[in-house]
Amino acid sequence: MKRIITTTVLNRAGVLNRITGLFTKRNFNIESISVGHTETSDISRMTFVVHVEDDKAAEQVTKQLHKQIDVLKVHDITNQAAVARELALIKVTSPVAMRNEMYALIEPFRATIIDVSRDSVIIQATGTSEKIEAIIDLLKPYGVKEVTRTGTIALKRGTQKTSSSEKVTSIL
Amino acid sequence: MRMQEPVSLKAEMTGAELLIEALKKENVEVLFGYPGGAVLPLYDKLYDSGLFHVLAKHEQGGIHAAEGYARVSGKPGVVIATSGPGATNIVTGLADAMIDSLPLVVFTGQVASTVIGSDAFQEADVLGITMPITKYSYQVRDPKDFPRIVKEAFHIATTGRPGPVLIDIPKDMNTAIAQMEEDEPLNLPGYQPTYEPNAFQVRKLLDAIESAKKPVILAGAGVLHARASQELLEFAEKYELPVIHTLLGLGGFPFDHKLSLGWAGMHGNYTANMAIYESDLLISIGARFDDRVTGNLNHFAPNATVAHIDIDPAEIGKNVPTKIPIVGDAKAVLQELLAQQGKKGDYTEWFACLRERQIENPLWYEESKDDLKPQKVIEMVHEITNGDAIVTTDVGQHQMWAAQFYPFKKPNRLVTSGGLGTMGFGLPAAIGAQLAEKDTTVVAFLGDGGFQMTLQELGVIRELNLPVKVIILNNKSLGMVRQWQEIFYEERYSHSLIPNQPNIVKLAEAYDIKGYEASTEEEAAKVLQEAFSHDEPAVLNIHIAPGENVYPMVAPGKGLHEMVGVKP
Repeated sequence: MKRIITTTVLNRAGVLNRITGLFTKRNFNIESISVGHTETSDISRMTFVVHVEDDKAAEQVTKQLHKQIDVLKVHDITNQAAVARELALIKVTSPVAMRNEMYALIEPFRATIIDVSRDSVIIQATGTSEKIEAIIDLLKPYGVKEVTRTGTIALKRGTQKTSSSEKVTSIL
Repeated sequence: MRMQEPVSLKAEMTGAELLIEALKKENVEVLFGYPGGAVLPLYDKLYDSGLFHVLAKHEQGGIHAAEGYARVSGKPGVVIATSGPGATNIVTGLADAMIDSLPLVVFTGQVASTVIGSDAFQEADVLGITMPITKYSYQVRDPKDFPRIVKEAFHIATTGRPGPVLIDIPKDMNTAIAQMEEDEPLNLPGYQPTYEPNAFQVRKLLDAIESAKKPVILAGAGVLHARASQELLEFAEKYELPVIHTLLGLGGFPFDHKLSLGWAGMHGNYTANMAIYESDLLISIGARFDDRVTGNLNHFAPNATVAHIDIDPAEIGKNVPTKIPIVGDAKAVLQELLAQQGKKGDYTEWFACLRERQIENPLWYEESKDDLKPQKVIEMVHEITNGDAIVTTDVGQHQMWAAQFYPFKKPNRLVTSGGLGTMGFGLPAAIGAQLAEKDTTVVAFLGDGGFQMTLQELGVIRELNLPVKVIILNNKSLGMVRQWQEIFYEERYSHSLIPNQPNIVKLAEAYDIKGYEASTEEEAAKVLQEAFSHDEPAVLNIHIAPGENVYPMVAPGKGLHEMVGVKP
């Protein structure tokens, strides 16, 4: 099963190495990591998408993350009201004759073309992973040349449906 | 008139001087180290610092000695190694300390910060290499950080679940000048180990104790780290709970107490393993359900409600599903368990069953007229030392025999490499153990294989005149490997037999240490008597029955209830 886990970490030297090393050491299967600064200086937020076998494995991931000295907070937000997005840049073969068709195709995805050359365009798309998958799938017949994706970033929504929606793994 | 600015009392010091000051502030009694290019400026300041430094013969010996010191004293072992090969030589010790939760603070030299990344002479990415086997690590980037980093390192190493912390010091940081700053309070927002338990969880455990019919305590090294032996004794006696140890927990509960069932695991006591298998309430205190303790997890305590007390929340539920998780320090949890009201259940039948098993299935070995049995030798040492010695071991058959036949009355008496199973651990660990307790007899039980991995540390034993008694149970083979090959690999003894042995007595004498040899029971009795009669180090080469196997045994993949070799 897929879990989305967010952490805030102290922005110390080697912290990303430490976290990715932990995933290797514990044999956790990771789909994506994204890292960036937060509103507080010296604190970064990391978003992980991991594949785990069961709840027990998911609990181990959060506990092992929490054990890291530089990790401040760990949340498994998979079952919470949250917004999760990723950004993809997709370079697609695009002869001029096809361009209108392609515009029409990406329009419902609210994707935009941000670079145009003689025989290709770069499309920028944001959305959930599923949406990104869908647009890449639709573009494949045109000839997708290159894809780069940021991996998921996520934030809990301001309002949660129920207060107990977060999976309780803390036993402190 | 304007007041004059107050004169600044801040002194200028070099990084190495700041480091020495910081070590003194932590009351470091002894450092184990080995100099080299990248730590030359540090060793220069060490020269007249007044700090006691033990020069190991190999960095691995240094770090194992520090582990022995930490295990016995409870204080952090401090290690210094130079960059590159010096640092890579301590990797085994770091991994050993990490998995056995021993507090170490380890300083490694590094090439100057200006050349890091250029593949300079004796450069190695020590932080990268050691990251998975340290609790935390630092690289000093500014000399003014020395006091803070050292203070944090000692704090992290010794609190929560203890472990090794590494500080990598680029050479130029030692000589760079910094202002000595005011002491700042610790600021580690991401590191807040939980000591005090949740009282509600403790209540749940007490309720479970009342309704249990077949309760047992499994006490691990967490009890020793927390110095909670007294509380464990009071708790077990108050509720009449039988106590089983893990290998590393031995000594946490007196072996001759009527509630003691010995130790569990692959070569543990039959009664202990069966008690876990049949229990309906398993109270684990400071143990992490290592596979050598649990055997096949599918058969582990199948009928038990598991209560797991551990300071590391990540251990709870990691291997064994846990009904009553209690995060906290073993001492604090036991104190809370004692403070709350509770009732014991009726365990009469349980005890009758356990007692019968104990009487019918004691640990055994076959005495022999022709062969000298290792178990017998260990029993003789137990008698001579009155069971009060500190015992260090390597890993393998001799380690299991020592655990079986040298039972402990007091905590922190067994210094052994449990989790990592490191050959060559016992001899250097004995050095650290003896330095931690100068007046206690220290016995290193070793195999002939492990002895030859770190025997150069005999030089340190001689130089410091440490009265360590090194007892080599010599079967001219890598005994545990040989045993597994006999049982699981159709007696194909692939590279486990070592007929060509050095003359160990001469080796000892080369280090100016008295060497002894024995091949029979009479000879063993005589040389043991002699070796323990003086306050000098001694090396005893005891030729034991080469085909002797360790029993009883839970074969790999089997459950604890499937022990073989329970009876002769």
